[in-house]
Amino acid sequence: MSTTGTAAPATGAAVGHRVIGTSVRRHEDDRLLRGLGRFADDVDRIGQAHARVVRSGSAHAEILGIDTAQARGVPGVLTVITGADLAGIPPIPIRLPRGDEPAESLQPVLAADRVRYVGEPVAVVVAEDPYTAEDAAELVVVDLRELPAAVEATGTKPAATLEAGYGDVAEAFAAAEHVVELELEVGRHAAVPLETRGLVAEYDVAARTLQVWGATKVPVFNRGVLARMLGMPQERIRLHAMDAGGGFGARGEFYPEDLLIPWLARHLRRPVKWTEDRAESLVALNHSRQQRHRVAAAFDADGRLLALRDEIVHDNGAYLRTHGLLVPELTIGMLPGPYRVPAYHAAVDVVLTNKTPCGTYRAPGRYEGTFAREHLLDVAADRIGLDRAELRRRNLLRADEMPHVRPLRALGTDVVLDAGDYPGLLGTALERTLPWRAEAERLRAEGRTAGFGFAVFLEKSGLGPHETADVLVEPSGLVRVHSGGTSLGQGIETALAQIAADRLGVDDTAVHVVNGDTELQPFGLGSWASRSTVLAGNAVDLAAQAVVERARQVAALMLDVPQAWVEQDGAGFAAGGRRVELAEVAAACAPGSRYLEAGTAPGLQARRVFEADHMTYPYGVHVALVDIDRGTGHVSVLRYLVAYEVGRAVNPALVEGQLLGGVAQGLGGAVYENFHYDEQGQPQATTFMDYLLPTAAEVPGVVEALVTEDAPSPDNPLGVKGAGEGGITAVGAAVANAVRDALGLSGDVGHLPLGPGRVAELAN
Amino acid sequence: MKDQHLISLTVNGEPHEVLAESRRTLADVLRHDLGYTGTHLGCEHGICGACTVLVDGVPARSCLMFGVQADGAEIGTVEGLADGDRLSDLQEAFSRRHGLQCGFCTPGFLMLAEAFLAENPGATREEIREAVSANLCRCTGYQGIVEAVTEVAESRRERA
Ligand code: FES
Ligand code: FES
Repeated sequence: MSTTGTAAPATGAAVGHRVIGTSVRRHEDDRLLRGLGRFADDVDRIGQAHARVVRSGSAHAEILGIDTAQARGVPGVLTVITGADLAGIPPIPIRLPRGDEPAESLQPVLAADRVRYVGEPVAVVVAEDPYTAEDAAELVVVDLRELPAAVEATGTKPAATLEAGYGDVAEAFAAAEHVVELELEVGRHAAVPLETRGLVAEYDVAARTLQVWGATKVPVFNRGVLARMLGMPQERIRLHAMDAGGGFGARGEFYPEDLLIPWLARHLRRPVKWTEDRAESLVALNHSRQQRHRVAAAFDADGRLLALRDEIVHDNGAYLRTHGLLVPELTIGMLPGPYRVPAYHAAVDVVLTNKTPCGTYRAPGRYEGTFAREHLLDVAADRIGLDRAELRRRNLLRADEMPHVRPLRALGTDVVLDAGDYPGLLGTALERTLPWRAEAERLRAEGRTAGFGFAVFLEKSGLGPHETADVLVEPSGLVRVHSGGTSLGQGIETALAQIAADRLGVDDTAVHVVNGDTELQPFGLGSWASRSTVLAGNAVDLAAQAVVERARQVAALMLDVPQAWVEQDGAGFAAGGRRVELAEVAAACAPGSRYLEAGTAPGLQARRVFEADHMTYPYGVHVALVDIDRGTGHVSVLRYLVAYEVGRAVNPALVEGQLLGGVAQGLGGAVYENFHYDEQGQPQATTFMDYLLPTAAEVPGVVEALVTEDAPSPDNPLGVKGAGEGGITAVGAAVANAVRDALGLSGDVGHLPLGPGRVAELAN
Repeated sequence: MKDQHLISLTVNGEPHEVLAESRRTLADVLRHDLGYTGTHLGCEHGICGACTVLVDGVPARSCLMFGVQADGAEIGTVEGLADGDRLSDLQEAFSRRHGLQCGFCTPGFLMLAEAFLAENPGATREEIREAVSANLCRCTGYQGIVEAVTEVAESRRERA
C-alpha cells in the first residue's frame, strides 16, 4: 500500500497533457524482459581476446618478483603484463578530490613493489579464450615477503583527519542537564550489484581511436582519466554506457581494470574483453561503511539539544581511490541531520588498513551517521524520561525555520536545508504505524520478543555543478534526448522521457533517451548521489523548452501569423483555428525548407545546461516492527514503513521502487551483510555463501512506501529532489532501535549488523 | 589438447549443434556460442539464480551445468517467453508491478517463476515468496516480483 500526493502543475507546460507525475510504463522494461538488454558481458567483438587479472592472495607483503614464464608458455596465451610494463602510468585518481588527500595513499594500477590487500591486481594474462586465461593466471608466480597486516582501524595512525563544526561545544556540554554518550560501530558492507563489472575495449589502429563498452556511471569523467593515462586526446576515445545490473555507488568508477583493458587492447591491437567473476568482485569492488563512532549529545532539562559531538574512526581499507575522503566528509557534514543543533563538533580519523579499499555505497555517510544519531536519541529519550518521538519533536527543525543555513559544508557545497516539514512527516509516519505498536504489545503478550523502532533522517541530492542535455525532434515525430545521466537500473530513461514529453506535448513513448554516450553527450557528469532526475531532468526540461520556443517561431512562419498568436496545443501549434504538428515543424527546419530562415541552423534541436549551486535535501522517516527469536538470535522484520518527501515525483512508481529496493539493501547491512577478515587480513566473505544478501524470505512481505510531495525544492524549476537513497538511509537506525525496544535494553546495541551471535548475546 | 564434443540441443524450439569443451558451462554455451545472452551470470556458484534456464522443463542453474550435459536436451531461455511482439502474461505482470529495475536478475526470476507456476498452479502468495527466495535481486526489494507472480498465478487459475 502506498500513497502519493498530488503534484503541482509544471510551470508553463502544455495544457491537458500531464506526463510528469504519472507512473507510465518503464521504457527499459520491454528489452530487459525479453533478454534483449545489453550488459557489458553481452558485447563481443570479432577477434577479441580475454583478460584475467592476477590478484594478491596476501593482505600485506613486499613483492620480491613475479615469474610469468610458465603462464606465457600456455598455448593460447597472448601476453602477461605486470607493474613493470606500466611504468610511468599514474595511480588511480580520486573522482571528487578535496585536494588534501595524501598522494602516497593512491592505488597503483598494478602493484609493483608491495601489495596492500587481498585482491589487489598484480598482473594480467590475456589469452584467446577466458578459460585459458584463467588457467594461465594460476601459473603466474608472485614471490612475496609477508609483512604484518593492519586489520583493526582503531589504534592505527590515520592517513587523514577531518573536522567539522560550529559553536561552543565544550561549554554546552558543561552546562548540560543530561549528557548521553555511546560507542557504536557499523560493519563493512557494500553495494554488491548483481552484475559484476565487465569491459570490452577495441583500438582502431588506422583511425587511432579507442572504444570501450561497459563503463556505465560517469563515462565522461572516465574518458578523461583514460585519455590522460594513455596519452591520447579524449576526443579519440568513445565510452559506451550500457545497461548495468545495478550500481549503488560502487560500479562504474575508474578502477585499475578501466586502464588495464583499454591499455591491453591498444597494446595488442586486438579487442580485449574482461568479465569480473563474483569472487573477484567481492574483494575488488569498493567496500563501504565501516566506522566506529563515539557520539555524544548534551540536552537541557527539557530535552532540548544543546550540542552534538562525535569522534569517528573510518576504516577505509588499503587505499584512497575513486572517492577519496568523501564518505568520512559526508558523515560529519550530514550527522546533525534534520535537527536544530546549536553547537556541533565532529572529527573523523581516516585509517588505511590492509583490506579492500572503500568508496561510496548508497547513502554514504548517512547510513552510518543516521544510525549513530538516531540510536543515541532513543537511548537519550529513555534516560531523560521522555517519549522517543517527543524528544525528536522538540528538536526537529520546524517548517517555519526553513530554509535553514547550517554553518557546515558537504560535498564542497554549503548546507542550506531548502524546504520541508520534518515534524509533520514524523507525525504522519507514526500515525500510520500506530497499530504496529499494539501489534508489538500483542506479540509480547504471547511471549514473543517484538519491538517497534523508528528513525528520522535527512538526505541530500542533486549535486551539481551542472548537467547538459540535448533534445532533438525528428520529422518522423520521434524525439531524441542525449543525456549525461546514466542508467543504473533506476529507470532514468523513462523519467527523462517523461520530462521531455511533458514539455513537448507528445506521448512519452515518442521520446527515445540515450544516456551516457560520450560522443553524443560529451558534457555529461553521470548518475550518482541521487542527482540524475534533479540535474539531468532539469537540463532536459530547459532543452525541451528551447525546442518549443524555436518550434513556435517556425510554426508562426508556417501558419503565417505573428509569433505571439501561436499557442502550443498538445503535440503541435495552433493559431486562428489552424494547426501544425510538431513533426511538421521539424520537417520545416530541414535545409532547403522555405521556412528555414537564411542564416539559421537547420534541425529542430537544442542543447542546454542546468547548473545548481546547492544540493537539495529530501528527508524521511523509517519505521520497523521486529520479532526476535531469543534462541537463535535471528531478527525478523515483520513490518516496515518508509516515508519520504521527494519534492515532486516525476514517476511515482519509480520513486516507490527506489524506496522498496533501498529498504531491502539497508536490511542487509542492518542484519546480514558483513565483510569480515581474519587476523592475517584474509577476507572471509568471498562467495555468496559467506556474504549474505537478503532474499525474498528475509525482506518483510509488505514494505509500505509513503511518498509525499509537500515541499517541492525551490532550487530547481521542476521542484524535484533525488529519490535514490532515502530507502536505505535509516534502515540500520530503525532496525537497531526496534531491536533495542524488543530486548528492553537500557543501553545500546553496540554495532551493526545485528547478526544472530550479537543479538543472542544482547538477549541474555 | 582441448577435448571437444559435438552436442546437439534445442533452444526455445530451435535446434542447434555446437562444439563444446567438456568443462564449458551451459551458461557459456548459451550466451557466447549460441548468442542467447538474455541468460545472465551473477555469481557462477549457484546462489544468485540469474542464470536459471529450463532444461527439459525443469529450472536449472546454467552456471552449474556443463554444456555437454545438455546434449539432446530441450532448453528454455528468456528469449523464448514472448510470442513475437506480445510479451507473456508473466513478463507483462513484472512490468506492471514494477518487478524489475536494472533487469539483470529478471531472466532468472522469469524462468524460475514459469517453472514454479507450471508445477504449483495453486500456489499462494506466501508459497510464491518462498519459491522466489531461491534467486537474488539487489534492486527491487522483491515485493514487485512476488506481486507479479502472485497476480499471474491468480489470473491463470481463473482462466483454467
Ligand atoms: S550465476 Fe548461476 S546461480 Fe548465480
Ligand atoms: S532488478 Fe537489478 S538485480 Fe534484480
